Amino acid sequence: MADATLFARRRSPLQDHGAALSRGAVSGPRGVTLTEIPHLAQITLRGDPGNTDFLAAVRSALGLDLPLKANTVAAAGDVSALWLGPDEWLIAGAPDSEADLTARLNAALKDQHVSVVDVTANRTVLELAGPSARAVLEKACGLDLRPREFKAGQCAQTNLARTVGILEMTQGGAWRIYVRNSFAVYLADWLLDAMAEYAIDAKF
Amino acid sequence: MLLIPCPWCGERDETEFRYGGQAHLARPLDPHATGDAEWAEYLFMRDNPKGWFRERWNHAAGCRRWFNMVRHTVTHEIAAVYKPDDPKPELPE
Repeated sequence: MADATLFARRRSPLQDHGAALSRGAVSGPRGVTLTEIPHLAQITLRGDPGNTDFLAAVRSALGLDLPLKANTVAAAGDVSALWLGPDEWLIAGAPDSEADLTARLNAALKDQHVSVVDVTANRTVLELAGPSARAVLEKACGLDLRPREFKAGQCAQTNLARTVGILEMTQGGAWRIYVRNSFAVYLADWLLDAMAEYAIDAKF
Repeated sequence: MLLIPCPWCGERDETEFRYGGQAHLARPLDPHATGDAEWAEYLFMRDNPKGWFRERWNHAAGCRRWFNMVRHTVTHEIAAVYKPDDPKPELPE
């Protein structure tokens, strides 16, 4: 774990992009906003879903049942577990909780054949919200995002605007995009460009 | 573009996948006891059928898992996808 001084000095990829993000926000019935949720705690957890000891230990550490159905999310409080693969999950939590989450998982899973890795510095999170959010995202992504196919509590790893990301639909109906730090500015600019048309009042 | 049904994630665009060549190649158990011809056969020689083919694919932009697929090399029809440790499905007629 980084010491407190380093922690205070860390920067999120879109830290200097706030003006562009607020400039790109669209209000009204066709509104859409893009914001960064920086420094979310992220942990990659791998283990055998067929092992009930493993599932029980994770439940005791995080207070949630790991989602076993592909591309779904389980949440408890501010901790959520995203299905990434048949034996792999992304545990996401509040900023600065990665040390605590890692310690809780390691303590509960001691002596088990698992992998717990802090990947907080790997990705940042973009949140796309508003009535036009889905229309904007559909320009970047080939998945069927219509509500009957992609519901709240679902996630997917997929190609987004020629980069890859993890897409999650929150219970509130907003889209969260987990993207590699080095691609974050590129993807944000791409989405801002895709959002621009919704700011035009089409009464002509 | 193919629409490939990943056995875990469901149908996704072909661009999310990487091709892994012929499936079910068994590595010789003891390479040191394997003759050059047999080793070359394992290392380099692949079937190239005009028709149904069992091949490996990796869902690179998704769950990043390997799986096997039965695909027709002429029509691109996909007859089956199955996990690496599943039994081999019969090839269609």
